[in-house]
Amino acid sequence: MSDIASDSGWLRRAADSDIWWSFKSSPMTIVAAVATLLIIAMAFLAPLIAPHTPFDPATLSLSDGLKPPVLLSPDGDWSFPLGTDDQGRDILSAIMYGTRLSLIVGMASVVVAMVLGIALGLLSGYLGGTVDALIMRVADVQLTFPAILVALLIDGVVRGLISVQRHDEIAVYVIVGAIGLSFWVQYARTVRGSVMVEKNKEYVQAARVIGLSPLLIMVRHVLPNVMGPVLVIATINLGLAVITEATLSFLGVGLPSTEPSLGTLIRLGNEVLQSGDWWITVFPGATLAALVLAVNLLGDWLRDALNPKLR
Amino acid sequence: MPDGFSPQFVRLGGLKRYFDVSAPWLVRALERKPRQIVQAVDGIDIEIAKGETFSLVGESGCGKSTVARLVVGLYPPTAGSIEFDGNDMARRRSRTDMAALRRRMQMIFQDPFASLNPRWRVFDIIAEPIRAFDLSKDKADLEKKVGDLLRQVRLTPADGRKYPHEFSGGQRQRISIARALASQPEFLVCDEPTSALDVSVQAQILNLMMDLQRRFNLTYLFISHNLAVVYHISTRVGVMYLGRLVEVAPTDMLFRRPKHPYTRMLLDTIPDLDMTGRQRMPVAGEVPSPIDPPSGCTFHPRCPAANERCRIERPNMIPIEGGSVACHAIEEGRLPIEDRVYAARSLD
Amino acid sequence: MNTSNNPPLLEVRGLRIEFPTRRGTLLAVDDVSFEIAPGEVLGVVGESGAGKSLTGNAIIGLLEPPGRIAGGQILLAGRRIDNLPYEQMRKVRGAQIGAIFQDPLTSLNPLYSIGRQLVETIQTHLPLSNSDARARALELLREVGIPGAESRLDHFPHQFSGGMRQRVVIALALCAGPRLIVADEPTTALDVSIQAQIIAVLKRLCRDHGTAVMLVTHDMGVIAETADRVAVMYAGRLAEIGPVRDVIKHAKHPYTRGLMGSIPSLGVRTDRLTQIDGAMPRLTEIPAGCAFNPRCTEVGTRCVVERPDLMSAGTSRAACWLHDKGGVGAKLATEAVDA
Repeated sequence: MSDIASDSGWLRRAADSDIWWSFKSSPMTIVAAVATLLIIAMAFLAPLIAPHTPFDPATLSLSDGLKPPVLLSPDGDWSFPLGTDDQGRDILSAIMYGTRLSLIVGMASVVVAMVLGIALGLLSGYLGGTVDALIMRVADVQLTFPAILVALLIDGVVRGLISVQRHDEIAVYVIVGAIGLSFWVQYARTVRGSVMVEKNKEYVQAARVIGLSPLLIMVRHVLPNVMGPVLVIATINLGLAVITEATLSFLGVGLPSTEPSLGTLIRLGNEVLQSGDWWITVFPGATLAALVLAVNLLGDWLRDALNPKLR
Repeated sequence: MPDGFSPQFVRLGGLKRYFDVSAPWLVRALERKPRQIVQAVDGIDIEIAKGETFSLVGESGCGKSTVARLVVGLYPPTAGSIEFDGNDMARRRSRTDMAALRRRMQMIFQDPFASLNPRWRVFDIIAEPIRAFDLSKDKADLEKKVGDLLRQVRLTPADGRKYPHEFSGGQRQRISIARALASQPEFLVCDEPTSALDVSVQAQILNLMMDLQRRFNLTYLFISHNLAVVYHISTRVGVMYLGRLVEVAPTDMLFRRPKHPYTRMLLDTIPDLDMTGRQRMPVAGEVPSPIDPPSGCTFHPRCPAANERCRIERPNMIPIEGGSVACHAIEEGRLPIEDRVYAARSLD
Repeated sequence: MNTSNNPPLLEVRGLRIEFPTRRGTLLAVDDVSFEIAPGEVLGVVGESGAGKSLTGNAIIGLLEPPGRIAGGQILLAGRRIDNLPYEQMRKVRGAQIGAIFQDPLTSLNPLYSIGRQLVETIQTHLPLSNSDARARALELLREVGIPGAESRLDHFPHQFSGGMRQRVVIALALCAGPRLIVADEPTTALDVSIQAQIIAVLKRLCRDHGTAVMLVTHDMGVIAETADRVAVMYAGRLAEIGPVRDVIKHAKHPYTRGLMGSIPSLGVRTDRLTQIDGAMPRLTEIPAGCAFNPRCTEVGTRCVVERPDLMSAGTSRAACWLHDKGGVGAKLATEAVDA
């Protein structure tokens, strides 16, 4: 059944739409969305709301080191609610800044992958022939490697080329590039498939009859129609990107300890885990898990909501 | 042919379009499969005068849709020529010259759901040709033009703000027509524009198209499989079978005195809504595959008047009674031509 | 009207089909009643959205959720079938009611040979041995006119052309010997010349087997050639029902008349086809009174407020106040309303 036409603004239309209704009727999705928003808010407001600045050496004092979480031990201190690490850094603040970095890296690498993947997918699907064959063979080859390995490879190559200090400065960009380059294939393939379907539809032929250039047709006509599945992949990929970055940092080849992400924090905590100071690993780990879970649930809902067959 | 029309506004000469549907060469090399070519359009000669409606009819697979796409330039021809107002479309031209020619011909498609971009507003869909051909001075002028076009197809300017999915099939076809008219073309290729519509909506759209033709002196190339529709709107009709033209004639002549056996069979398949009790004569056999068409006259396996020559030699179009037909039996005088009478339907 | 004196094979009484949506419940079929006599062909014609396919699906018991039967009864040989549990309906389907759908490509399972599909269906409903079932399948294939039936029994659907596939589907529908076939747009997906063949096959077989047919289509031409009686549906309601010749040549309902006028005919070449202005209302916007009143050239004040039931009009029945003694009330000024 088609919706009744409404002349009023897009906000009213959005509120009226099937997507909003399916969102409202799934409590798990609402919880996931709220959780994601809270985590994102916490992360980006970190400079304002974090009680400490854990990565400014001037504010640290070793005497605060290895304090346990305040509620679980009499040694705790309310100014360090989740405890501190061996350098005296507040875990709570570290988590806030770390999540911020994880999210920045995650989102940026998803954007890189998306832009690259969509561009190549569009070209591949619309132009076909040799261009298509070439791009798809590159994609096939890349798919034989796990994304982590590709990211490791790129990161390793960059490290080999520049000094350690310089590398630490641009580590964020390198990681974003590495993860982005390892994820583009999924987008390209999906977009290519959709493009090949849309290309034969008559509205594209109508545009060709007018005489528009292929580039114009690809961007203005085809692209808006293939974005749906891309958004779903992007949302789920966000979780994956964050995990990948965490893995790389955990392995020591990601973000350095001077600018730690959640993964780096987990690594740092891992080193003292054996001696019973568990909070340094567990709290960042729990935050990471919660973030990825919430984002994945959102992605699941989005996929179902955008699937016309299930509506 | 009425006076005052310049002849040959559109001329197709020996037009051919083959599609290579062979398996990839590796498969062919390994399995020793032959190349497979679909002769979708196999030598078509058509002349359309300015202001007339030329209909191309045939069943699915006969190549009529391919002809439509060849004429507007969606496919390049494998052989043959397309001439529009004396201009050979295959000749290399500057972008501006080509655009000037393209502006004068447009196309209307069959599927009202796929022919409009679902993500664009109706205003932008109709404005696109105007923008592409730089036909309006400023925003106000553009809005006026789009509003006028919408009114001409019996919609309202307010409809421009909506999206295609908010309209019914018949309304979408009107939007398609408005878009086709936006560049002020002289020649419209219509690929089964009413086949996907309900009967009552079809009547509205056909009436609209005829009104527009009169008002703007349009020339139509109308593709259809529905002979009754063709009867009402065409000046001349061409019948296609497996990529070839078998008969061309002015409408009255084709329906009153059909010559080619396939034309006769097609006319027999029109349902008898006048309840005269005429039984439809089912056509024997099925349309053969266009990859491996029969030799000689491609219709000979199903033709009651086929002889040995029909099996070997492809018939040429010969002029007869104001039209032309490609049939050995007619040429040899073996097949008598009779008048047909259709009962006038009375409704009370 | 039942033209024979036998009790009707299929009776539909006051059928209502509704769709619960988040915007409220939509009534897609609104109080439809008709009968089919044994061996009779009833055409159900209407444009898209009129509810004819839904009615057919409800009778076969294949109404897709969330659509559901909200009222009325469907009786087959006097027995109610609209409220049967799934298992029992499954037995009725095939054995007593056969179905033919529009797309022969999706009606047949591409993975099994047609012989196997035929035998399987036969054995589901009839206690025949393998060889007997196969013999019956072969006989059916010959009846529907498949050349070289013996060897084609083991072929797969993709090895048949569209028209041949539809013949196989007809054979499949008839193989368990049902008394009623519901055919939903059986020829729409086929070429014009093949349509004539398939209609001929359907007519011949149903006549030979004494099977009644409910032929749902939008194509009046098919109805004219195949049906004994025809029911015209509009916006989920029955507009007119009667012998096919009478309805087509002397339509009593203004909608039917408009519909027939819209169909281009070969007898007279006119400059303009008769058109009905406007469009069939959406399910959410069905007007009060007679659903056709905004588009009717003979509308009266009564039509706008009171919904007409089917009433006697010569040999047919039409849902139109024009045929009632009370008339349509004062005539309103009509305005052309375009779609």
